[in-house]
Amino acid sequence: MLYFSRWKVTAILLTIVVGLLVLVPNFLTADQLQKNWPNWLPGRQIVLGLDLQGGVYLLYEVDTADYQAKRLKGLENDVRIAMRQDPRIGYTGLTVSNGAVQLRVRDADKFAEAKKRLDGLVNPLSNALLGGTAVSEFQVEDAGEGLYRMSFTEEGLSQRLGKVVDQSIEVIRRRVDELGTTEPSIQRQSISRILVEAPGEKDPARLKDIIGRTAQLTFHLVDVNANLEDAVKGVLPPGTMLLNSRDTPPRPYVVEEAPLLTGEDLTDAQEAFQSQTNEPVVSFRLSTGGSRKFAQVTTENVNRPFAIVLDDEVISAPVIREPITQGSGQISGNFTVESANDLAVLLRAGALPARLGVVEERTVGPGLGADSIAAGQRAAVIGVVGVVVFMLASYGLFGLFANVALMVNIVLIFAVLTLLQATLTLPGIAGIVLTMGMAVDSNVLIYERIREEQRLGRSAITAIDTGFQRAFGTIVDANITTLIAAGVLFQLGSGPVRGFAVTLTVGILTTMFTAITFTRLVIAVWVRRTRPTAVPL
Amino acid sequence: MRHLRLFPDDTAIPFMRWRKFSFLFSGILSVLCFVAYFTFGMNTGIDFQGGTLMEIQTKAGPADLGDIRQKMNGLGLGEVQVQSFGAPENVLLRIVRQPGGDAEQVAVVGKVQAVFGDTVEYRRTEVVGPRVSGELAQNGIIGVLLALAGIMVYVWFRFEWQYSLGAVIATLHDIVLTIGLFAVLQLEFNLSSIAAILTIIGYSLNDTVVVYDRIREMRRKYKRMPLPAMLDLAINQTLTRTTNTALTTLIALLALYVFGGEVIRSFTFAMLFGVIVGTYSSIFIAAPVLIFLDPQLAGDKSEDEGEEAKAAPAKA
Repeated sequence: MLYFSRWKVTAILLTIVVGLLVLVPNFLTADQLQKNWPNWLPGRQIVLGLDLQGGVYLLYEVDTADYQAKRLKGLENDVRIAMRQDPRIGYTGLTVSNGAVQLRVRDADKFAEAKKRLDGLVNPLSNALLGGTAVSEFQVEDAGEGLYRMSFTEEGLSQRLGKVVDQSIEVIRRRVDELGTTEPSIQRQSISRILVEAPGEKDPARLKDIIGRTAQLTFHLVDVNANLEDAVKGVLPPGTMLLNSRDTPPRPYVVEEAPLLTGEDLTDAQEAFQSQTNEPVVSFRLSTGGSRKFAQVTTENVNRPFAIVLDDEVISAPVIREPITQGSGQISGNFTVESANDLAVLLRAGALPARLGVVEERTVGPGLGADSIAAGQRAAVIGVVGVVVFMLASYGLFGLFANVALMVNIVLIFAVLTLLQATLTLPGIAGIVLTMGMAVDSNVLIYERIREEQRLGRSAITAIDTGFQRAFGTIVDANITTLIAAGVLFQLGSGPVRGFAVTLTVGILTTMFTAITFTRLVIAVWVRRTRPTAVPL
Repeated sequence: MRHLRLFPDDTAIPFMRWRKFSFLFSGILSVLCFVAYFTFGMNTGIDFQGGTLMEIQTKAGPADLGDIRQKMNGLGLGEVQVQSFGAPENVLLRIVRQPGGDAEQVAVVGKVQAVFGDTVEYRRTEVVGPRVSGELAQNGIIGVLLALAGIMVYVWFRFEWQYSLGAVIATLHDIVLTIGLFAVLQLEFNLSSIAAILTIIGYSLNDTVVVYDRIREMRRKYKRMPLPAMLDLAINQTLTRTTNTALTTLIALLALYVFGGEVIRSFTFAMLFGVIVGTYSSIFIAAPVLIFLDPQLAGDKSEDEGEEAKAAPAKA
C-alpha cells in the first residue's frame, strides 16, 4: 500500500498543480485576467450565486386560463369565417363557454357540410416526440341536432402550452438582453414555469415590469359615432369594444374590435424625440405588408382618430391627418425618456403569447451579498484554523500531514467548483466549512486504525499499511451515505440549497481523493525518508 | 510530544448496559418533541407558507422598531412581524400570506417600498406564492423520505437488513429531535432547515456506518462473543474517532454560527444540534437497537449482558 509507482505520483502531483492553476484566476480581477493571464491557461472564475453578488430571482408561470381564453376567442373567429364561406351556413349562438367554442347550425341539410368545415379547423400539430403522429389541437364534438362544440384535446393543449413557454422564453430573453442586464439566466422550470435570474440587477421592479408585460400592440379605428355613456354601461355597437386610456382618471374609448395592425407588422421600434415639442416618443417602422395595410387604412380614414393600444390600454388616439404611406410612424403619449425606451424595448422584442404571473420572487441587494461573502470568508478562515489546531494537538506530525491534505482539499474543492462553473451560494460556503470539519474524518479514521495496529504490536510500516487498508472500506461506506443525502438535496433543492448540495458533494469526493491518494503519498514519502521504527501517533 | 487525547486508549465503557436508560431517555425526548410539535407547531417560514419576507437597513441611524411596526400595521396587510436582525440598523419584516393568489403576494413588496421609499436599503426580498410554497413543502418531505430510502437500501446492500433498519431508526430519532428543537425554540423552519436536516441525516449516518463497520468486523473475528459485549467493544474502539470527528465538525460549525452572518444562523444552529444528536444516536441508539432487531445476529448467548460483556474483550 505504501508503494507508489512513478506515474501515480506524477498523476497526484499533476492534479494538485492543475487545481492550483484553475484556482488562481479567482484571485485576479477581470481586468488583470484579461491583460496578464495567459489565455491558454484556464481563465474561469467561480460563479457567485444571487445571494452573494446580489440580484433577482423570478419564477414566472404562464397564465394557462388566459391563454386558453385567447386561443378559443381566435377559434371562435375562425369558426365564424368558416361558416360565412360560400355557400354560407346559417348558425346561431356562436359563443365560448366552458372551455369550448359552441354553435348551433340551423339547417339540417347543412349538418354534414358544417361538420366538415369544423373538422378542417382542428389544426393538426406535428408531434416530433411521437414520431410524426399528428395530434389535433381541437376536437369537434357533435351533440346532435346541429349543436357542435369544439374544445382542446389534452395533448394539443399541452403541446401548445409547451410552445407558449418556449416562445415566452425567447421574448423574455430579447427583452432582458435589451435592458443590458449582465448575464441573465432564463430557463424553463417544469411544464409551465420560467425561471429568470438576473445577477447584479438593482431595480427588480423595472425588470418585473418589462418581463411581465404582455406587450400586445394593436392599432384600432375609433368609433366616433358610438355613445360613450351607453358604452360604459355595456351597450356597445356590434363589432366594437370599450377600452380605457392609461391616463388617471382613465378615459374610455369605443374602438373597432378587429385590429388594423398588430405588433407583428412592426419591424423596428426606437425611442425618439418629437421635433416640435422635444417630447419623448416611440418611432416605429412597419413591414412591407404592414405599411401597405396602414397606407390603405389611413387613406380611407383621413380625419378619423385611431387608437394605439398596448395590452388593452389606449396609449394615445391620434387623428389621421393625411395618408401615412412611408411605412413608419410615431407613438406619443406622455412618455418619459425611460418609459419611451421601455416601450421601444417591448415592441422590438415582440409580444408574449400569454400572460405571465410571478409565483416566486427573491431579491438580494448588493450590500447584503458583499456582507455575506465577508462573513462566509471570516467563518471559513476561523473554522479552518480551529480544525488545524485541533488536528495538530491530537496527532502531531500526522496532524500536520492531515492539515496539508486539508489545504489540498480546499484547493481542489474550489478548483472543481470553478471547472464545473457551479454556483457558489451562501449555504454553499456553509457546505464548504462543514466539509472542512468532516474532511479530516478520513484522516482520523486512518490514524486511529494505525494506532490500533501499532498497539497490537505490529511494526510501523505494517501498522500504517493495514491502517490504510482497514480504513479504506469504512471511508467509502461512510461517505456514500452523505453523498446520497447530498444527491437528494440537489434534486429537490433550488437556488442556494442546490449550491449547498453541490459543494457538499464536491467536498466529499475531493476528501475521498485526498485521503486515499494524497495523505497516503505524503506518509509513504515520510516512511521512506525516516525509516521509522514507531509511528508517532 | 504528547498528543491531546480525550479518552485513554483502553476504554471499556459499558455502553450497552446503559441502553435501557438511553432508550428511555430518547423515547421521552421524542415524545416531548411530538408534544411540542403539536402544541407549539412549527414556525414555518414563507418558503412553506407563502408570503413575504423583507430585510431592510435604515440609512439614518439605528432602526426605530416601534415606528416601523406602526407604519407596517397602517398598510393593513394582516399579521406583520417586525424584528431586529443582527445589526441595529437591520430589520426583518415578515408579512403573512395575503388572501388571493400569487399576484397579491407580489404586490406587497410595492406597498412596503411605497411606505419606506428611499429611507432604507432593501437588502433582501423574498416572495413565495401560495402554490409554490405548497410544492416546496411537498418536495421537502419527499426529499427527506427519499434520502432515508436511499440510505436504507445502501446499508442493506453493504451490510444486512438489521443494520439498515437500525440506521434508519437512529436517523429518524435525529430527525424527530431536530424537528422538536425547531418547535420548542420556534426557529423559522424553511428550505435551509430541510437542507440542515438532510445534512444531519448524512452526518449521523456517516457516524453510524463507521460504528456498524466495526461491529461487522468484530462479528467476523469473534464469532462466539455475545452481541452486547461485541457492540461495546466496537463502540469503544471507534470512540476516539467518533468524538474527534464530531469535535472538528463542531469547531467548523461553531465558526459558521458565530461568524457566518445572520442569514444562516438558524441553519448552522440546527446543524450544531444535529451533529451532537447524531453522534449520541450512533452510540446509544443505532448500536444497541441491533440487540433487539435480531436475536440471531447476536449469537447463542445474546440476551445476557452484564458480567459477560465486561469479560468478553479480555477473552478475545
